[in-house]
Amino acid sequence: MTELLPQDQIDSFKARAAAIAHPHELIVDLLRAIQAYYGWVPDEGVLLTAATLGVLPVEVEELATFYDKLFRRAVGRRVIHVCDSICCWSTGAEMITEHLQKSLGIEFGMTTTDGAFTLLPSCCLGACGDAPAMMIGLTTHGKLTPKKIDAILQKERAAIAADA
Amino acid sequence: MNVYPQVLFKNRRPNETVLLPEYEKSGGYQGLRAALKMSPEEVSTRVKDSGLRGRGGAGFPTGVKWSFFSVDQPGDKYLICNGDEMEPGTYKDRQLLLADPHQLVEGMAIAAYALQTPVGYIFLRYAYEDCSLRVERAIEAAIGAGYLGKNILGSGFDVELHVHRSAGRYILGEETSLLNGLEGRRPVPRSKPPFPAKHGLFGRPTNVNNVETLATVPHILVNGTAWFHGLALNPKSAGTKLFGLSGHLNRTQCFELPLGITLREVVEDFGGGVRGGHKFKACLPGGASTPYLTAEHLDVMMDFDPLEEVHSRLGTAGVTVFDDQTCMVAVTRNLNRFFARESCGWCTPCRDGLAMVSWLLDRIEFGQATMDDLAMLKDQVRNIKGRSFCALAEGAMGPVEALLRLFEDEIKDHIKRGGCPFAGK
Repeated sequence: MTELLPQDQIDSFKARAAAIAHPHELIVDLLRAIQAYYGWVPDEGVLLTAATLGVLPVEVEELATFYDKLFRRAVGRRVIHVCDSICCWSTGAEMITEHLQKSLGIEFGMTTTDGAFTLLPSCCLGACGDAPAMMIGLTTHGKLTPKKIDAILQKERAAIAADA
Repeated sequence: MNVYPQVLFKNRRPNETVLLPEYEKSGGYQGLRAALKMSPEEVSTRVKDSGLRGRGGAGFPTGVKWSFFSVDQPGDKYLICNGDEMEPGTYKDRQLLLADPHQLVEGMAIAAYALQTPVGYIFLRYAYEDCSLRVERAIEAAIGAGYLGKNILGSGFDVELHVHRSAGRYILGEETSLLNGLEGRRPVPRSKPPFPAKHGLFGRPTNVNNVETLATVPHILVNGTAWFHGLALNPKSAGTKLFGLSGHLNRTQCFELPLGITLREVVEDFGGGVRGGHKFKACLPGGASTPYLTAEHLDVMMDFDPLEEVHSRLGTAGVTVFDDQTCMVAVTRNLNRFFARESCGWCTPCRDGLAMVSWLLDRIEFGQATMDDLAMLKDQVRNIKGRSFCALAEGAMGPVEALLRLFEDEIKDHIKRGGCPFAGK
């Protein structure tokens, strides 16, 4: 299995936790670090977080299962969050969603067979002036059209291929 | 289009972020210098006299909130900036932080001095990584220039600011949930009292303010309270406000406009009118939790009190417009699905009630409802309003209540036809 987080990052979190009165405040940071490195947070990631910060695994799990942008199940190399809140809905989010589902051949909650993309619905992304919008990883894309989506997906596929 | 004074957006340029030298050149950190020459109480009084009301949605007078905070309490005290901004239709804090983030840093340094809170947290939502990076860069530059850190500007006062990146969920915008979130506890709301001013982050006195509110403070310190009052078109109000336009408008951008501007001017001039040649049907005046306004409200002033007089709220001033092709049952269904999905699950009226409202709105929209369902919908609103643990379920009822008040005909039309009259439009 690939490591969950490089040792130097684990050590750095340990040092930070030791220096503060309330190590719990680093739980979300550490979970996000594991997700950024490993792609998602498996059970071992919850245990690693607990051990690194000196807190109980259940205290980590109750956060890991609460936040919708933390993944406790395996996801693809890129997670696509499609906004379905009011401003995007009123400017064509349903059409955008349909186009994404057709292009990727998956429904919401699924990952493409090549492991490249996971498609998820999302609440408002704070890009209401640029609706309809979606977020891939931490990057927001607005004013979406089917053509623009095709170009974005192509670019992401190329980036994934270059990574591998 | 009328040209109005720009305060928060005076340095804004498309796709650029103002860095420290430019910010200083435009008068940046003069507010902090002015504040440090005053006593902490004088700074709070100045903010109180300015008439500044919280820009995060509730509109509570900022200086009054600050005056509840006793500055001489011993031990750790915290200042928090709420940058969760997760209410659909709201994107103004993002625009502010992308354009000119030092305003927030300076505002927090001033607030920290006024409240004597040497440690501050800036809580930013997951989707705002672009803002987090810019705020962190601004903090670093401010430390380098002596505006943050130990003994700021030789005043003997220390300020340290931390950025917290969240991981999603609307509930974190509720201030006590936000406190739990920062502490690394499950972010459900806390009961009030005790209020955060007495028992907040880590059980210590804490003051929580919105991004735009804090960013406005330096300008008040530099230009004075009379100037701030003069910015508003409503003589009873004060200041400018960031309006984020969205929905069926020709121009869906964020504008800084005076409080008291009419909805008509916002929609027709700044929004460029309803797109596609359609007519204005309704809007959310300030985010997903604010009751609808209709064409009869176009001449109402966009301001805290005038909007309450017409049973709505200014909220965050994220104005989402719907044209006359839009089904308001469908709009409300979308809004309520957001609230139901984002419910933290802590209290029953919200967790179960919002799900029930969603089920009822589905039945109405898809033509399965009877008049009994309409009665049940009204009953649900009565049972959720005022009975939930925090204000968010109350907010969720805003549009539902407005749907019943303004568009009951449209609901009945769905029931009579056995489907949506707007289907296919």
